[in-house]
Amino acid sequence: MQPTFSSSRILLPVRPWFIFFSLIAAVLLNFLPTAHWPGMPDWVALVLCFWSVREFRKVGMGWGFMLGLLMDVADGAVLGQHCFAYVALAYTAASLSRRILWFPLLQQALQIMPLLLATQLLQALMRLAVGADFPGWSYFVGPMIATLLWIPATFILLLPQYRPVEQDPNRPI
Amino acid sequence: MAGIDHAPPPFFKRGPAPLALLTFYIAISLAIFVLDLRFKSLELLRQSIALVVDPVQRVAQTPGSLVDYAASYLQGLRALQQENNELKHNQLTTAPNLQRLAQLEVENERLRKLLAVKEREKANGQVTQILYTARDPFSRKVIVDKGQQAGIIAGQPAIDEAGVVGQVTRVFPFSAEITLITDKDQVVPVQVVRSGQRSVVFGLGNGQLELRYMPANADIQIGDVLVTSGLDGIYLAGFPVAKVVNIERDSAYSFARIFCVPIAGVENFGEVMVLDPRKALPPAPPETLGRPGSSDKPSLRKKKKISGKER
Repeated sequence: MQPTFSSSRILLPVRPWFIFFSLIAAVLLNFLPTAHWPGMPDWVALVLCFWSVREFRKVGMGWGFMLGLLMDVADGAVLGQHCFAYVALAYTAASLSRRILWFPLLQQALQIMPLLLATQLLQALMRLAVGADFPGWSYFVGPMIATLLWIPATFILLLPQYRPVEQDPNRPI
Repeated sequence: MAGIDHAPPPFFKRGPAPLALLTFYIAISLAIFVLDLRFKSLELLRQSIALVVDPVQRVAQTPGSLVDYAASYLQGLRALQQENNELKHNQLTTAPNLQRLAQLEVENERLRKLLAVKEREKANGQVTQILYTARDPFSRKVIVDKGQQAGIIAGQPAIDEAGVVGQVTRVFPFSAEITLITDKDQVVPVQVVRSGQRSVVFGLGNGQLELRYMPANADIQIGDVLVTSGLDGIYLAGFPVAKVVNIERDSAYSFARIFCVPIAGVENFGEVMVLDPRKALPPAPPETLGRPGSSDKPSLRKKKKISGKER
C-alpha cells in the first residue's frame, strides 16, 4: 500500500487472490510436521500480521477470526484460543500500520516482535488460566524467529507488486 | 431542513468502526472459548471444520511420512533380518505363556462359573494408525486414522503392545483424537500388582505420571507395576499402565509423592489398538436408602474402616 520512506519504488496494487493464496500457504506451512520442532514460528500469525500492516482494508479481524478457528480445530486446541489472539493481532497491527511502515525493514521487525510475542502470550495466558500446563520457554522462541523472518517475508510477499526496473519510456501512458 | 442530515453522506463505504469490530470478535472468541471448554457444546462446529481441515492436514503430513518410508526402505535387508530374528526370538520366549493362555482362559471361565462370579469381559478392538500428534503445546494428544465411520466413540481406551496409551476424547468423521495418559490431569484408576492396593494415577504433562492421595506410609516400592483396576467402567482390568520410579516421603505431608513412568510407548509414533467400549456396569446402589435422618458421618466412618482394613 505504502512504500517505506527509503524506497524509491512505487508498488503496484496488491491482487486479492495473492493475499488469499499466501494465507492458505501459511496455514499449510503450519500443518507440516515441522511444526513440532522447537522454535518454529507461527506462519499464519506472521503472514496475517504482514497483510494487516500492509493492507488493513483488505485483511482484517474477520480473516483473523476465521483463520483462528481453522487453527484451533487443526491444533486440537480449545476453540477461540487462536481466534482471540489473531483478532487482537490484526487489530493492533492495523492500528500501528502507519507508524510501522515509516521505518526501515530492520526497525519494522523490531516493532513487529512485541505484536507476535503478545499473540503467543495471550494464548498461553488463556490456557494457563483454565489449568493447562506451562509449555516451556521454547514456546516463546517461535515469535523471535518469526521476527527475523519479517525481512524475507516482506521481500517474498511484495514480489508480485514490484514494477519492472527497466521501463519502456515510449509507452503511451 | 428535512433534506439536511447530521451525519456526512456515505461517500466511502467504511463499515463499523474498528474498535466496535474488535469488541465484537473478542466477545465471540471468549464466548466460544468458554462454551467449548466448560460445556463441550461446540463439537458439531468442530467436526464440520475438521471435515475440511483433516484431509489437508493428512496431505501436509505426507512429506514426512514419505521420508520415513524412504528411510526404512533404505535401511536395508540386514536390519530387517535382524529385526525379524529378534521378533522370532521374542515370540519363542513368550510362547510357553501364550500357548497355555487359551486353556487358562477356558479354565478361568469354568472356575468363575463354579463360583458364580460374573465372567471376565474379553478385550476386543481395532488397530489404528497414529497419523500425527496434535500441534497444541498445552496438551498431549495424538490423532489416529479411524473415526465415526469405523464406529469409534469418545471414551474408548487405547493400548499398544506394552500397556495403556490413552483414551479417545474426540471423534471426527474419519479420525479420532486420543488423549495420552501423560496429559495433565488425565486420570487412570489403577491397582498395584504387588500389594493389590487401588488408587488413581494422574498425568503430569511432562511425560510422567503421579500416584496421588497415597498415605506417606503406603506400601509402595520403586519398580512396582501399576495395572488398570477396572473400577471405572472404561478400562478393562489388568492392562499395565505405569511403573513407579521415584518416591518422596515427607512426614510433613500426609501424602507421599509417587512418580511413575508409563509402560507403553506413549510418546512414540506407531499403531495403537482402540478397545471396544465396556459393557455398562450395573447401576450403583442408592446411597442412603432406608436410613432416614442419617448424616454423612456414619458412612464416612465406615469408609475409613474399610480403607484401614486394606492397609
